[in-house]
Formats: sequence, structure tokens, C-alpha cells
Amino acid sequence: MTTDPRAGPVLETRGITKTFGSVVANSDVSIRLERGEIVALLGENGAGKSTLMNVLFGLYRPSSGEILVRGEPVRFDSPRDAIKLGLGMVHQHFMLVPTLTVTQNIILGDEPSVLGHIRYRRARARVAELSARYGLEVDPDEKVENLPVGLQQRVEILKALYRDAAVLILDEPTAVLTPREVDELFATLRRLAEGGTSIIIITHKLEEVRSLSHRVYVLRKGKLSGERATLGTTASELARLMVGRDVVLSVDRPEPAPAPEPIFRMEAVSALGPRGLEALRGASLAVGPGEILGIAGVEGNGQRELCETITGLAKATAGTVRLGSDDVTGWSVARRMDAGIGYVPPDRRASGLVVQFSVEENLALGRSDRAPYSRARVLDRAATRASATGLMERYDIRASGPDARASTLSGGNQQKVILAREFSRNPKFLLVSQPTRGLDVGAIEYVYRRILELKESGVAVLLVSMELDEIFALSDRIAVLHGGRVVFESRADATNPAEVGEYMIRGAAAGPAARSEA
Amino acid sequence: MMETLAALFTPQLVEATVRLAAPVILAAMAAVVCERSGVTNIAMEGIMLVGAFFAALVAWYTGSPWLGLVGGAAAGALYSLFFAWAAISLHFNHVVAGAIMNILAFGLTRYLMMVAYGRQGTSNAVARTLHDYKTAIPVLSDIPFIGKAFFDQTPIVYLALLSVVAWAWIFKRTRLGLSIEASGEYPMALETMGRSVVKTRYTAVVLGGVMCGLAGAFLSIENSNSFTEGMTDGRGFIALAANIAGGWRPVGVFLASLFFGFVDALQLRAQGLGVIDLPSELFLVFPYVATIAAVAGLVKRSRPPAAVGKDFSVEGGGD
Repeated sequence: MTTDPRAGPVLETRGITKTFGSVVANSDVSIRLERGEIVALLGENGAGKSTLMNVLFGLYRPSSGEILVRGEPVRFDSPRDAIKLGLGMVHQHFMLVPTLTVTQNIILGDEPSVLGHIRYRRARARVAELSARYGLEVDPDEKVENLPVGLQQRVEILKALYRDAAVLILDEPTAVLTPREVDELFATLRRLAEGGTSIIIITHKLEEVRSLSHRVYVLRKGKLSGERATLGTTASELARLMVGRDVVLSVDRPEPAPAPEPIFRMEAVSALGPRGLEALRGASLAVGPGEILGIAGVEGNGQRELCETITGLAKATAGTVRLGSDDVTGWSVARRMDAGIGYVPPDRRASGLVVQFSVEENLALGRSDRAPYSRARVLDRAATRASATGLMERYDIRASGPDARASTLSGGNQQKVILAREFSRNPKFLLVSQPTRGLDVGAIEYVYRRILELKESGVAVLLVSMELDEIFALSDRIAVLHGGRVVFESRADATNPAEVGEYMIRGAAAGPAARSEA
Repeated sequence: MMETLAALFTPQLVEATVRLAAPVILAAMAAVVCERSGVTNIAMEGIMLVGAFFAALVAWYTGSPWLGLVGGAAAGALYSLFFAWAAISLHFNHVVAGAIMNILAFGLTRYLMMVAYGRQGTSNAVARTLHDYKTAIPVLSDIPFIGKAFFDQTPIVYLALLSVVAWAWIFKRTRLGLSIEASGEYPMALETMGRSVVKTRYTAVVLGGVMCGLAGAFLSIENSNSFTEGMTDGRGFIALAANIAGGWRPVGVFLASLFFGFVDALQLRAQGLGVIDLPSELFLVFPYVATIAAVAGLVKRSRPPAAVGKDFSVEGGGD
């Protein structure tokens, strides 16, 4: 029997279930996708979105259920099979080899070649032609490692188009993009859909679902919890389907006390980056008690060096860092901590926690040489446990016990361990970097609430984040870091995301143009 | 002083440099190919030793050094296949698997010496060696000073030189080279584009085995006429150093290998001529000191493949 490829869904799943050992990642998931349709797959982290996509792309084999392409049941043993049938995937973590060129990355796995010898001239021409046809400009000879994130994503999309993908699956495509790059991406996707490409976008951001998709599936705990036409639904209904209860994400921000003497101040601080180049160039900032200063910026514009010079992990090459009346520029990390600098690092698994350690050990980190964790410099295990039990209750840390390994905790609970550790030490100044990266909506809400509580108690907070929504949700004042310089500073209520986004991308050059546009 | 230098730096020194570098070049190319594919390989020493043994055995048994060469290469490939199976399919830590391969090679060749020749130490001499097939390439071998070194050589030395050109081209221009590089830098990118990382890594390790086998054959049936236990004498590890000093790139690694061949040749020559009055032990130490100096000096500038030594599997990579 032959089917008309234009009738019926391009892609369909029926009762897909995928288990890893005893963990059920997907349970009885059935979705369908029509030609030229944009469908959003919405769900919290850990809801099973990525697993479903990896099943669709042949990376995982489903435990049961079937996949149909243009009405025919198919079996994917590897991504090769999925690619052959016209499925293309843009992964959340780009599948690009940084040391290879754009052209090499695009043709990898499907190189035009004669007896294994690649015909680069032809490949390059094809790439240039595709990029022109779809308006996805990128230099075919540039190495991928030299491209900004937005362009790397273009290369990913081109990779799929090069293979004549009829279905494009994008996994959290906006997580790393600036607002302008998001707009460009969405325009591209709409154009592709109009041309007949079907698109699945996986996301946990409600706004994106609403601005881009025709239809939306919501996944919760591995199961479909709803299917809606985008126009016939509301953000709060989707949030409820996603989380299973009502969520409030816009927090009431208490007014800051009027301009008191700052607790934290850095003046004209410079620092070297990983390649020995100056990555922070004369940055000056000040944060007062009970104030949250949000640092916006595209990743890699000096955020890391900013955090490291504040905490003492790296030396400033110029300038001073002050806490209260003390010049702490030359102080060690330990001395700064003791003086009242708290730090929530951007990568909880790499630098926030020792994931092989237990929860209680992680809670004692950095203070293990003193009471209550030690007596006469010998660890007091019983007291450490008692203290940990108390903190776990106060901060609602869900683990099998204080002796559970940190690596067994969910991302949200890992972050709670770090917050509990830092907040319980009564800091005067708190540096928080990327506090909600990779967390689900429920955990994000929790983190926001805790940070605001701390602020209300009079702590000065410096928030570094790549998420503009987050900056605007929490900050009293906002500064933009670009090329290691503070190029913009404003009260949060006197600016808007478009203006800040403009400064993030163009730096000081945004200037008056951004103002007039905004 | 000038006389001393003139006595040292002769066309013979250049020729000895290339000859002594040949096994290092081959083993170092094996390291390049394996590591660029993502497999840390410290087993060159052992693979080379197994290759040397079988080259000598086959050449002695059949009387043909050419069959010996094939036997050495095949033994290297098979022995490497075993390493690939442990490191890739059984997910052993690559360094641990490599260390086992090295130790096993010493034990295995000693055992096989007893089986094949009924004694330890040195095997029976082969009737003809590949050294008998030394061939000069017309015109090129007449280039002054370096002509004889590069163009009047024995078969495996030619193969070593050829392997550099071949791998440089493979990495730059071919599908295999592109796959190997992707497999070592970011294996998931290769896998998601429908090409198997496991197959790519197996291919790289086995091709490396062939080259180590050839390096071994050079030692037993080209540079000498028999197999001696432990005759690799650390060349597999020097190759490892050459790979790092040369920045994981064929041409750089070739130059680093030549450098090691050069200090070795210089050491032999200076010692033989007695032109520099120093205890002979110091001369023997010289190549190793040079190795340390070269690696320590260059290592900061070179960057290993991002995924080298990291185990690869598709599922269980997390959600």
C-alpha cells in the first residue's frame, strides 16, 4: 500500500516507553507532527523530553512502542537510519567538533568523496549555496571554535538541511542565545516551516511556546499530561500541566532602601583570562545592603574573571576589591569567606560541590576545621550530621539522608545544598552566578525566593546570569558586561530587556540607538 | 673545536639519524592515529615487541624477510585488536589496558621464545634480512649531504617516511581522517551524524598496530638478523614523547622523531669517535635527557585531542 506523503502526519509515535534500568524516562508517549507544522514539546527538566527526542533520532532504542514516518512503521538502530528518513536534530549541546571548520562539520558523516578522498571544493560550494538559500549566513571556512554561539547553532541547522531534513527537532535551542539571536532563530524556523519543513521544538520556556508553535504537547514525569492548540491555551494552563500545580514566577520585589553606603565595591578591576589575554578590563561596581545588582551579558564576556577576582580564586591585575571598609584585593579565598563573602558558583557539579562527597560533607566544606564541624581540628562527625540534618530540613533538601552522595541528588536539590551552605554562614555580600541553570520551574521559584529573602535581611547580592528573564525578575539595578567592561548600568525599572539585550550584543556601541529603539 | 664538530656532522650522521628514527617514526604515527581517534595508547612498546618477534619467526621459518615483514605487521594488528577490544568494547581505562598490553608483551615473547626456539635471549638468525634490499632512488639519492639519508635506504625506512606523507594526507583530505579527528575531539558529533565512533576507533587502533608491527620488524629483521628479548628498549615510550612534542600532528611528530633519532646517532658517534672525553654512561643518558627537555619544552604549546582517553558509550550518557 502506498500513502500520499502529503496526507497524514510526517512523523508519529505510538505508545513510546523508554526505561533505563528501573527508571522510566518515557511512558506511553504518542505524538504526531504534520507537514509544515511547528510543534512545541514542553516540560520541566527531567520530564523526559530529551529522552523522547533521542529515541526519535535513533540514539536510544525504545523499550516499547513504535515510530511511524509518513505512515510507515520504522525502526531506528542508529542516527544514520533517522537521518536517512529525513529527520534532523539540533542538540542542546551542539554536536560540533570545535577544531574543524564549518564545512567539515556540516559534511561530517556524508562527505562528497571519491574513494575516501573528500571533494572539499564541491562541499564548500554546497554549504555556501545552502546558507544563501535559507538566509543562514556563516563563513564556510571558519573553525567552529571561533564562532559565537548563535552562529554555531546556524551550523547545526545547516547540518540538518544539508541532509535534506523534512523534520527538524530542536532541543532547548534558545538556552544559550541572546534575545536578538532568539528572534533571528525564530524567524528562520518560521521561514522553514512555511517552506514545508516540520519542526519540533523542545523547551521549558512558556513564552517560546506561545510565540512560535502551532500546537503544544506537555510532558510531565515521562508522560503526556496534555495537548493543546497554542492559540487556545494560556501560559498559566501550560504551567499547570507542566508542574502539576499553580506556579507564580513573577515575584514581588520589595523596594530597596534609598542609596545607602555600599557593602561591596570594586574599582577599575582588571584580570587575565584563560589565554593570558585581559578578560576583565577596569570593571567598577558597587552593591549596597539589601540590594540585588544583576550582571547581564553573553557568556564569555568576563563573567568568569569577575567572579574569580571577587572570590579571590584569581588575582586582579589592577584595581581594588572592597568589602565594607576593608580592601580585600590581596586577601586569600578563605579570609574573604571569613570576612563575609558568600559564593554560589555557576557550575554546581564542577565547582559548587564535591559530588563524590555526601550531603553533610558538602555542607561542611570550607568550614570543616572549626565548630560545629570540628573540635580541636578533629572532625566531629556527629555534630556535622546534626547540623546537616537541620539545614536539610530548613532548606527542604530532598535526599535519602545526610550521608547520601551529592551526585545522587537532582539538580535542584544539589543547588539547595549550595544555597544552604552559603546562606547559613551569614554572608554580608553574596555573589551568585547562574543560580538556576538547568533547573526546572519549581526549583527556579525556590531559588528566587531564597535569594530575595537574603536580600530582605540586608545582604548585598551580585547576580551574574546569562538569562535576561532572571536578571529582570530579581534585580534592583542592572549592569551589562561586554568585552570585560561594564558598558551599561541602570535601575531595573528604568530599562527593558530589549535595551539590555542590545548592549549585551553590541557593547558600548549600542549607546543612543538602543535608547531610541527601546 | 671546529674539527670536532666537522668530525661529528657528516652525511653518515644524517643517515644514522634517519635509520635510528625510523622505528620511532612508525610507532609515533601509531600514537598520533590512536590518540587523534580518542584512544590513549601507551602500548606501542609492547605491540612493537610482539611485531618484532613474529617478523623474526616468520622470516626464519619461511626464509623470506618479506613474509617476515607481513607477519610482523599482522601480529601488530592482531595484538592491537586485543587492546582495542579491552579499551573500546570492554571500556577498560586506556592507560590501564595499555600497561597490561606492555607487560603481557614481555611475558608473551619470552614464552614464545621457549616454544619456538627452546631458549631465552636471542632467536635464530634469519637467512636474509631486509637490509639486503637496500635500494637507492636514482637522482634523489645524489642530493648532497641528505640524499643518501632519505633516498638510499632499506624498505621499512621508506615505509616510515611514506607513512608520514600518507597520514598527513589522510588527516587533511580524506573521510577517514575527518572521522578520526571528530572521534577524538567530540565523538558524539560523529555518532549523531550516523557514523560509528566504535568502528572508527577500532580502525585507528588496528592501523596503529600495523605501524607498530612494522617498527618491530625493522628492529628484528632489518636493523639486525634476529629477535632479542626486550629489543624495543624504550622506543615505544620515546614514540609517545615524540607524539606529544610533535603536537599530535604527523609532520610535527615526524620532526620530533627525527630529533630523537639525531640525538641517538650523535651519542653513538661521539662515543665511537671518542672526540669528546666523557664517561660513556653519560652518552647513553643523553637521548633520554633530550627527550625530557624536548617534551617539557614543547608540551605547553601542544593541545591533545579533547576526548582522548575518555570512554565512549551512547546510552547512559544521561538525559
